[in-house]
Formats: sequence, C-alpha cells, structure tokens
Amino acid sequence: MTTDQLSRTFAALADPTRRDLVARLTLGDATLTELAAPYAMSLQAVSKHLTVLERAGLVSRGKDAQRKPVHLQPSVLEPVTDWLETYRRQAEERYQRLDAVLAGLSATPNEAPAGGTR
Amino acid sequence: MTSTMTDHSKASIEADPQVPLIRITRDFTATPDQLFKAHTDPELYARWVGPNDITTRIDHWDCRTGGSWAFSNIRGDDSYSFHGCFHEISPSRLVQTFTFDGWPDGVSLETLTFTDLGNGRTRLVATSLVDSFEGRDQWLASGMDVGVNDGYAKLDTLLTEI
Repeated sequence: MTTDQLSRTFAALADPTRRDLVARLTLGDATLTELAAPYAMSLQAVSKHLTVLERAGLVSRGKDAQRKPVHLQPSVLEPVTDWLETYRRQAEERYQRLDAVLAGLSATPNEAPAGGTR
Repeated sequence: MTSTMTDHSKASIEADPQVPLIRITRDFTATPDQLFKAHTDPELYARWVGPNDITTRIDHWDCRTGGSWAFSNIRGDDSYSFHGCFHEISPSRLVQTFTFDGWPDGVSLETLTFTDLGNGRTRLVATSLVDSFEGRDQWLASGMDVGVNDGYAKLDTLLTEI
C-alpha cells in the first residue's frame, strides 16, 4: 500500500459516520437503503459518504441496478479494522462457550428457579 | 436499531458513530433466565468468559445491585486481573463497570439486556461505553493483549462434558 493510498484511507475514516458504515459493512454487503436506515440523514448524504469511501478504495458498489450492494474491500481496510473484527471474533468465541454452558442448563429443566422455595 | 428479524446467530458488532460505544448482539438457544444465570453464577461465568487458552479464577463475586466482582485470567505464569462493580442486577438487564487492572485509569460501563425472542431463543445485547473515542480504541486494543485463540477446542470439551 502506498503512502498516498494509506492517507486516503485514513482521511476517509476520519469521519465517525464513515467509520460506522465501514464497521457495519464488516458484517456483510448492504444496500444504500439498509446502510442509511439507522441515521437521521438523507439517502443522498449517506451516498456522499459512500462515494468518499469508494474513492479511497474502501468499498465498491455492485453492478446490480436494483440493489447495488455495497461491498467492503477488506484488503485496503485490514490494518484499520483488524481491531473491530478481532473484537467481534473474541466475542463470538466467548459466546460459543456460553452456548455450551447454556446447553448444560437446558439439560436440567427440573432445577428450582432462582428464589424458589424448593 | 437492530430488528428482531435480523439473524444474530453469530455475534455482530457495531461501533456507535455518536458516542464511544461498542454494541455486540448475539442470539442464544436459551431462556432469559438461563442467560441471566450464566452471567451471574460465578462458577458458570468462569467457564465461558475466556479467552480460550486461559483459565478464569473468580477472586471476588458479590452479585447484587451495589455489589462488586474481581477475576483473573491465568495462562501459565501470566495473570491478568479485572474488577468492577455490579450497578444493577435485574432479570432482564445487568449494568456493571469493567476495569483491566493493567490499565487502572480505564473503565467501561457494560450494559447487558436479555430479550425473549420466543421459541426458546433469547437475544443478548451487550454495550460497552467508555469516556472517549480514543479511549474506545485503546480499550479495544488492550483487550487484545489477553490473546485470541481461533480454536474451538474448549467449546468442544464443554459440549462433551455437559
């Protein structure tokens, strides 16, 4: 990655909304409408943010005219979002262990509820 | 906001754009009561809080509104300790603080909610709030020091034991 490219990446990520868009795209492709849903801003405003991310090479937009799914370019992003994905993966590992513990609780349905008299 | 129709069978993560907050959402095959128990019973909690290659030792556990907790993660000769307060303990919501003793000035406010989705499924939403965006990133980075293990050996072991 050239210094120019890295500068563009960081400049694109300097905005909290764009960081949030990128964080959400780590979970999978999404359409403009889906991406804009949580924000109190217009589709056009969100689209502008996506254009900045696109110019920095962080995302690409699909050819499908109907959906135009936005896709994260993970190779550009790797150094930047490693922390978020690592944190997510840690959480998923933790919760898979919790799944196993909960499965053990399910196996003992006749256990007295907390605060029960017997 | 997160719709109950969205699939959260795997943990999903959101970094809030407005406040230095991380939100993790995950669905479980369990009742809210069972999730509550797995978070508040120290013996059960120590079995899953992890990470995978680490043993968790509960050093102190007074799980009630106004109570406090402390535990250590132990790997070989290395030990990482954590402590915090239980701010609110109720069946559908837990609020507590969390500090890594290696970075004693840092503290996050952890809010966990258990939402019954029906059909024996419960959604856990866990938020961690710190006092600045820089703090959030450092906080996340410090958590990584504890180590990540991609193996699922510990899970497999638990599954066969139960």
